This record gives sequence, structure tokens and C-alpha cells, in this order.
Amino acid sequence: MSAVRAHVIADLRERISSIERHAVKKAGCLEFGVPEIDAVLPGGGLAHGALHEFAGGGVGTVDGAAAALFAAGIATRTAGPIVWCLTRPDLFMPALAQVGLHADRVIFVESDKEEDVLANMEEALAYGSLGAVVGEIVRLPMAASRHLQLAAEKTGTMALAVRRWRRQTEANDFGQPTASTTRWRVSVRPSEVLPVPGVGRPRWFLELMRVKAGECAEFLVGACDDQGRIDLPSRSADGSHSSRRSIHPG
Amino acid sequence: MQAAKAQALFRGLTMIDANPMADAVALERITFWALTQYSPIVAVDGTDGIVMDTEGADHLQGGEEPMLTRIANQFRAKGLTTRVAIADTWGAANACARAISRDTVIVPRGETVRAVEKLPLSLLRLPDKIVGDLRMLGFKTISELANTPRAPLTPRFGPEVGRRLDQMFGRTPEPIDPIRTAELVEVSRAFAEPIGAAETINKYVGRLVVQLVDELQRRGLGVRRTDLIVEKVDGTRQAIRAGTAKPARDVAWLTKLFKDRTEKIEPGFGIEKMTLVAVMAEPLEEAQKSSSLVEDEVIDVTPLIDIFGNRGARVYRVAPVASDVPERSVRRIGAASDPVEASWVNHWRRPVRLLARPEQVDVMALMPDHPPVWIIWRGKRRKVKNADGPERIFGEWWERNSEMAAVRDYFVIEDEGGERLWIFRSGDGVDTETGSHKWFVHGVFA
Repeated sequence: MSAVRAHVIADLRERISSIERHAVKKAGCLEFGVPEIDAVLPGGGLAHGALHEFAGGGVGTVDGAAAALFAAGIATRTAGPIVWCLTRPDLFMPALAQVGLHADRVIFVESDKEEDVLANMEEALAYGSLGAVVGEIVRLPMAASRHLQLAAEKTGTMALAVRRWRRQTEANDFGQPTASTTRWRVSVRPSEVLPVPGVGRPRWFLELMRVKAGECAEFLVGACDDQGRIDLPSRSADGSHSSRRSIHPG
Repeated sequence: MQAAKAQALFRGLTMIDANPMADAVALERITFWALTQYSPIVAVDGTDGIVMDTEGADHLQGGEEPMLTRIANQFRAKGLTTRVAIADTWGAANACARAISRDTVIVPRGETVRAVEKLPLSLLRLPDKIVGDLRMLGFKTISELANTPRAPLTPRFGPEVGRRLDQMFGRTPEPIDPIRTAELVEVSRAFAEPIGAAETINKYVGRLVVQLVDELQRRGLGVRRTDLIVEKVDGTRQAIRAGTAKPARDVAWLTKLFKDRTEKIEPGFGIEKMTLVAVMAEPLEEAQKSSSLVEDEVIDVTPLIDIFGNRGARVYRVAPVASDVPERSVRRIGAASDPVEASWVNHWRRPVRLLARPEQVDVMALMPDHPPVWIIWRGKRRKVKNADGPERIFGEWWERNSEMAAVRDYFVIEDEGGERLWIFRSGDGVDTETGSHKWFVHGVFA
């Protein structure tokens, strides 16, 4: 019975995906290299040719620092140039270089209006042959997100939208539906405890709030290292390779 | 003033013969330079002026006022004094530029009448004889003439007076015929029936680009700036300029740049001629593409950079500068410039967001070299749980004298909620020579 059911479900999935994908997609996904996170993502990683959304939590909704660095870490691990569209030029490149994103790879496109950022992102996605296109945006309406998702699907370029609001109270906009494939919230958490006074490796609370054909999850991770990789602190902190479950505070 | 009278007024006056021919040649050279710099439609105006149609070109220079200032400054740097004016019409701008005593003037939209009413008749671009005769009749200013019934004037002075007045107030169009030289690569297409539909315009733009590229190929050139000039049935012209970061001779690339903006063309009653001009061209050698077994394809993103640039976005890359002062350690370089291999040498963590200017905070801290116990930033009090530092940064006395003794001590602090900030104390905490000992937040970590 269960074998029949699995077969039917697999068949249905195949038919749905054949309806969904008009253009040939760049095959594969970009895995995080963390088995626990890759397991909850369909395909085993962040899909190329799709829109992914990132927002900060708490004060991070305004500065978007953790979300931007997380997106930069993902962009680092793609191949090819990165186009970064923004309106507020307060990104400090040395920090991005510290997660392995070389300054030569990043082309910044600064415009005055919010709508231009969306248009520029779409243009860059349609151009193809880029590693990833990052955009720092306040509002992401359904129609605009759909444009981005379709443009990304067509060329197989990864679209990363870093949501950044003017005020913390505006951030409930993040609950609105968009066409993005995954949606993440990255909040800062106290850093790893060191045996001596000082600030250890930063930790983030990573919430996977929405994923197409998948389930939500949350992780406490160590921030991007110099290769742009995140990891679960349980493995790096105590050095033992015991596979403990991730800690879920709150 | 006659030469003899001038010599009587000033002792030791040096006299140089006027050389109208050389002046005209020089003016033409300047005009042609202005064509490549400022606007697609530029022409020589009289014997002593240049006229430009800056519509749709000023935003590339940051607006009308910055553009005017820049023009005046660029000429001043070459030792030439200019008077620059922007107005709704050629006539008004011509009169204002010659009447003002300042360097620049901008006549706001629709204010032409008020701007020119007090100006003398001689600025109306009429023949000297007509101006003299009108003066004899008692007309002094333009407004006096404009408010007089036109019928009695025409039999006596001809249609010229009315025409010049109409041109000044914008009642008659006065298209500017742009300057051209022989070596300019130019292709054009005239239409027997005026066209207007967007698809038709796009189709012919595509064909013109193909022609232009053929012509460029023959001469071994690539374009840096290309203008599309659209002549309409009612005698007006509209121009679109597209720039590229590198010399280009690619049909798809150029077509994309123009098709991106053909929606800006207002066909009005129809377009009767379209011209494509390569205003600025540079030699472009054929490069052989070697097919290698190993796939090391370098992706050229210059066409994408051009699309952004022509839309008015600022496109740049960031390159390191050898400076310890954080805000000076980055500089913007052109997006299409050669790769800079170097990167920042940072053993210390750097914040993702750097505040545009450091924000002062209230703190409680043990001097001289302890991090604060708490800080109040943007109205919120944070208890500092962990901190790293100090990282001492010295002023760059070789850059400016005031930084001779300046010191900043940077700390990375983390509060109870896990928010990490980059703060610094101005001064070393002992000597007030080195700074004010006030504390500032300078960046936000992830």
C-alpha cells in the first residue's frame, strides 16, 4: 500500500514540476554544507534560479546587517560576478571581504528609488551568467517578487532579496505573501562563549519561515566564516563530532 | 568704442587685430567637444556662443544647476570666461546669457516672459539696422515691443521682428541643427510616411544599429557615445544618448541600450527621420577568441553595466585604499575597470554596516583602556556583556595637519541581546591632545 502511495505521489510531483518549469533550469542547488539545514530544503540546498528572501529580526530589521552578511556568504559560494542593488550605500566592503567575497566580484548598482532597485535586479537576473543578484529592498509586492522569481528561473541565476525597513514597526510587512522560494529571518544571538574575555564567533538564530514544498525550521548557527559557510555551533564549539540536535531558544 | 577713444582712456593699451576666422574655427572646435560631453544636440550660436538642447541630458550631470556650474568651471579651468544660461527657448537663453553679470543663470520653466521683459532690444537677435530704427521709434526693452500691436510693425520692419519675438516666447519652434563633422559616423533613415507606433520605431532603430555597426566595422571603430536623433513632422527634434563603458560594436548590445529607452520618444504627429550618430568613437581591434580545451570563460558584464548606467543608476565597484581610518579605507572605482587583486588586510573584525558619520553615545567606562560598562545609543541603554579591544588607529598626519596627534580606540562590544556594535573613543584616554574622549558608535556587526 505504502509503496503504491509513494509511487503515486512521486508521479504527481513529477507532473506538477513539468507544469511548473517552462524553461530549462540550471540544475542543482547550493548546499549549505550543514546536513541538518540541507535536509529541510527540497533538493538539498538553496535552489539556483529562484528568489530567496532574507530579513533581520529585532533591530536587524532596520540595519539588516546579519541578513546582508548571510546573503553575502551565500553569494560567495556561487560562481561568477555578483550584482548588488541598493539605495542606501552603507555596506562596508571589508566585512564582506572577511566572509570571502572579493571586492572585484561585486558590482554595486545604487539608485535613488526603491522601484529602480527591483527593475535593476530583474535586468541583472535576465542578463544571466552571474553568480547571484542581491537587492536591498523595503517593499516586495507579490507582482514584483513574481517578476524576480520568473527572471531567475529563466537564467538560473540566484536572486537574493535582503529586506530592510526604515522603522522596526514596518517590519510586519514580512508576513505578506511573496513568490519567493524560501524566506529566512536572521537574528543576532550572543556569541560563542570563550574561555577568556572577548567576543567569540557570532551566532545567528536562523528561521526558515517559508519554503516551497518543504517545512519550516529554525537553527542556531555560527555566523559565516571566511569561506562564507555557516555551521551549527554544537559541532565547532566542543570539538566532538557528536551529532546533537540544534538548540532552539525561546 | 573706437580704437582711438580707447587708447585715449587707457595708457599703454595693447591692440590686437580681430581674427574672426580663427575665432570661428576655435568656436567650432569647442562646440564639437561640447557635443561629446554634454548633450546630443549642440550647435554654434552666432559668432560668440554655443547653444545646446539639454532636455533629457541634465540628469546625467546631476541636474541643471550642477551641470551649469560644471560647464562654467570646465571653461574657467581652460582660461575662458563663460556666461551660461538655461531657459525654455533658444531665444530667451541667448538673451539671458548675454545680459547677466553672473556666471550662470537658470530661468525657471514658464518664467520666460518675466525674465526677458527688462532686457534691451539688442538681445533679440535682430539685424542692427532694425534695432536702430526701433530705438528711434522709442522702443527700449523687449516687453515694450512685445506689447505693441504687431500689424503696424510688420509692413515697416518685415516679418523678422514678429518671428524673433515668437521664437523667444516659445510660440514658434526653433529647432537646433546639431554640428557635424566629416569623420563622424552617421546613418539615417527618412520615412515617406511619418511613423509613430512603438514597434515600428523599435524596428527601425534595430535596422539603423545594424547599418551603424557595418560602418564602424569598415573603419575599425567602436562607439563610446551614440545619439539617436528623432526628427518629427512638426519640426522639433528629440535625442536619446547612450553611453558605453568600453568601445562597442555589437549589434545586440547597442540595440538593447536604445530599445530600453525608445518609450521615452514622444512621436507626436509622427516621425519623419531618424538618425543614429556615433558621437564618440574609439579604435576597436578585432580580437581573436581562442578556443581552449579548459573552460575558463570570463564573463563580460560590460553590457549590463551600460544598461544600468544609461538608466541613471550609479554603478561602481569598491577597491581597497591603504588607510587605517575605516571611512577612508574604501574607494569607488568604475564598474568596468580592471580587477584590483589586493584586498583589505584585516586581522580584526569589521562591521557590515558603517554609519555615514559616527554617532555620539553616552557611556560609562573606565579610562584609559577598558571598554564601556554600558552605552546609550539611539535612546536605548545597553549593558555591555563582552568586548574586544582596543584597536588603536592613529590620525594620518601626512594627509592633514589637524590629525597630527589624533587617536581613535575601537572596541567591538556585544550586549545582552547579542547585538554587536563597533564603537570608538576619540583620544587615547589619557592625553586630551589626542581627542575629546567622547565615545561614538561607528558600525553594526552581524
